[in-house]
Amino acid sequence: MPYKIISSTCTACTACEPVCPNVAIKEKNGTYIIDPKKCTECEGEDPQCVEVCPVEGCVVVDKSLPRYAAA
Amino acid sequence: MSPKVIPIFVPQTNQSSGCGAKGGSGKSSCGSSAGPSDLSPEVWAKVKDHPCYSEQAHHHFARMHVAVAPACNIQCNYCNRKYDCANESRPGVVSEKLTPELAAKKVLAVAAEIPQLSVVGIAGPGDALANPDKTFRTFNLIQKEAPDIKLCLSTNGLMLPDHVEAIADLNVDHVTITINMVDPEVGELIYPWIYYNRKRWKGRDAAKILGERQMQGLAMLTARGILVKVNSVMIPGVNDQHLAEVNHAVKSRGAFLHNIMPLISDPAHGTHYGLTGQCGPTPQELKELQDSCEGSMNLMRHCRQCRADAVGLLGEDRGAEFSTDKIAAMDVAYDPEPRQAYREFVERERSDQDAARASELAALSGQAGDEKVLVAVTTKGGGRINQHFGHASEFQIYELSGAGAKFVGHRKVGVPTRYREAPGAGGAPALPSQQYEFMADDERQGANYCQGGWGEEDILEDVTAAIKDCAAVFTSKIGLCPRKDLATAGIEVVDGFAHEYIESSLIAWFRQRTETAQPAASAA
Repeated sequence: MPYKIISSTCTACTACEPVCPNVAIKEKNGTYIIDPKKCTECEGEDPQCVEVCPVEGCVVVDKSLPRYAAA
Repeated sequence: MSPKVIPIFVPQTNQSSGCGAKGGSGKSSCGSSAGPSDLSPEVWAKVKDHPCYSEQAHHHFARMHVAVAPACNIQCNYCNRKYDCANESRPGVVSEKLTPELAAKKVLAVAAEIPQLSVVGIAGPGDALANPDKTFRTFNLIQKEAPDIKLCLSTNGLMLPDHVEAIADLNVDHVTITINMVDPEVGELIYPWIYYNRKRWKGRDAAKILGERQMQGLAMLTARGILVKVNSVMIPGVNDQHLAEVNHAVKSRGAFLHNIMPLISDPAHGTHYGLTGQCGPTPQELKELQDSCEGSMNLMRHCRQCRADAVGLLGEDRGAEFSTDKIAAMDVAYDPEPRQAYREFVERERSDQDAARASELAALSGQAGDEKVLVAVTTKGGGRINQHFGHASEFQIYELSGAGAKFVGHRKVGVPTRYREAPGAGGAPALPSQQYEFMADDERQGANYCQGGWGEEDILEDVTAAIKDCAAVFTSKIGLCPRKDLATAGIEVVDGFAHEYIESSLIAWFRQRTETAQPAASAA
């Protein structure tokens, strides 16, 4: 279950983009998106995008997708 | 091609000869209004053109902020990141995206239009050092393309120790740190969390890390001779009693100036404090705290708590004239000459103003007792009483005493009557310039309740309340109706010094007042 950004509450402040250890976050159409293929849920540490995001509940687990499993 | 005459700042008449007297007995204890006689030559050279570091400079010079730093690494209870930071940049719409390249172009465009421009700062809307790549790239470009413009930045200090070298290498000689506490017990009431070392810290731990990093960064900067201004947000009941301790802590680490600002709190801003009903201080409470801290260091009183994309003299914002679309379409070139000519003009004006003040002070010497009087002034800048009462959106407040005239703050009031609320502009937040539209002169005549130039009675009430502790208001011109209403409120209207220098006029008025009062006092 990778993380996803709720675009309606995202302020596009850019804080999450550089802290993602997997370079999974990028801008798209004025908001930010997480590439589920790259997201590792920050295995072993707190999810960085959630930690830095100033809007409560803006970055959440995407329950529609399976959990990340290391290859 | 450089213009030979610079018409917009042609000096007015009634100048004194400019004999070169500087300050003289007019020494002010207030550092932000300190002149060349109060500061070392190196420090004076650094602050004399910086509107945010010198009260004197703020009459003459303009600043601009480029909003290239959207990300932040801490959460403050007075800030809602859905909009701009509510305190150090006024609440507004989410800032336009500005890349470092576009920011550099914007600086050139503004510089070409506003010769008063002396400083470019990066103050958010997040934190300058939470976006180090964008911040330093912007500074690099500006330094290359407009080398006569000074650079400065504002930060919460969390990442400051990591970037002191880069700041020094870029010759950024002004850094502002927002420090609201030195005690984590107070800090946890202001900062719900910080993001540091790949982790979100909460409560007292967060405040402890932040406080330590701020003090470390401050000491590192001052050790390198970089001037540091400390901003503190005064939050009644939270840190108002604590700010004297903050004042001592930052002074002992070499901060140059302390700027204690009132909390801006409004439920419409959606901040934690706004939503929980935490109030800001009154102007009188703010002044009391500033006065109590002043003995120990320089206090800034002229801060306007501007937006992270503000452009112009302090107290004005011409940001809307330089929107991203307009900048992108502009063809701009670098020409430092008008700014150089303006700086030379200001140097002459300053020595004239200093001489005029010194001669008035000499005349006052020994005559005044212990009395202190507050007065209000309407000005468009340049250190002169040159604004029509009806056009004033703020009043500058001076305290008059035997020591002379001291700037102690400003009071904002309603809306200048030349403007009215634009249709459909309701609902915060919007740029101030978008909320109002210009009223044609004939419309104004019809809208005014009298022909004297003042528009709405409730605005006049607002004005009277804002300056009710002032004995007089100095203005270049005023209509009959507001003059009468102010007299009823016990505020004397003085328009006999129209277009003269502020400080020397105030001292002259104070001397005359003392002279007339004295015979009566001795008879009593």
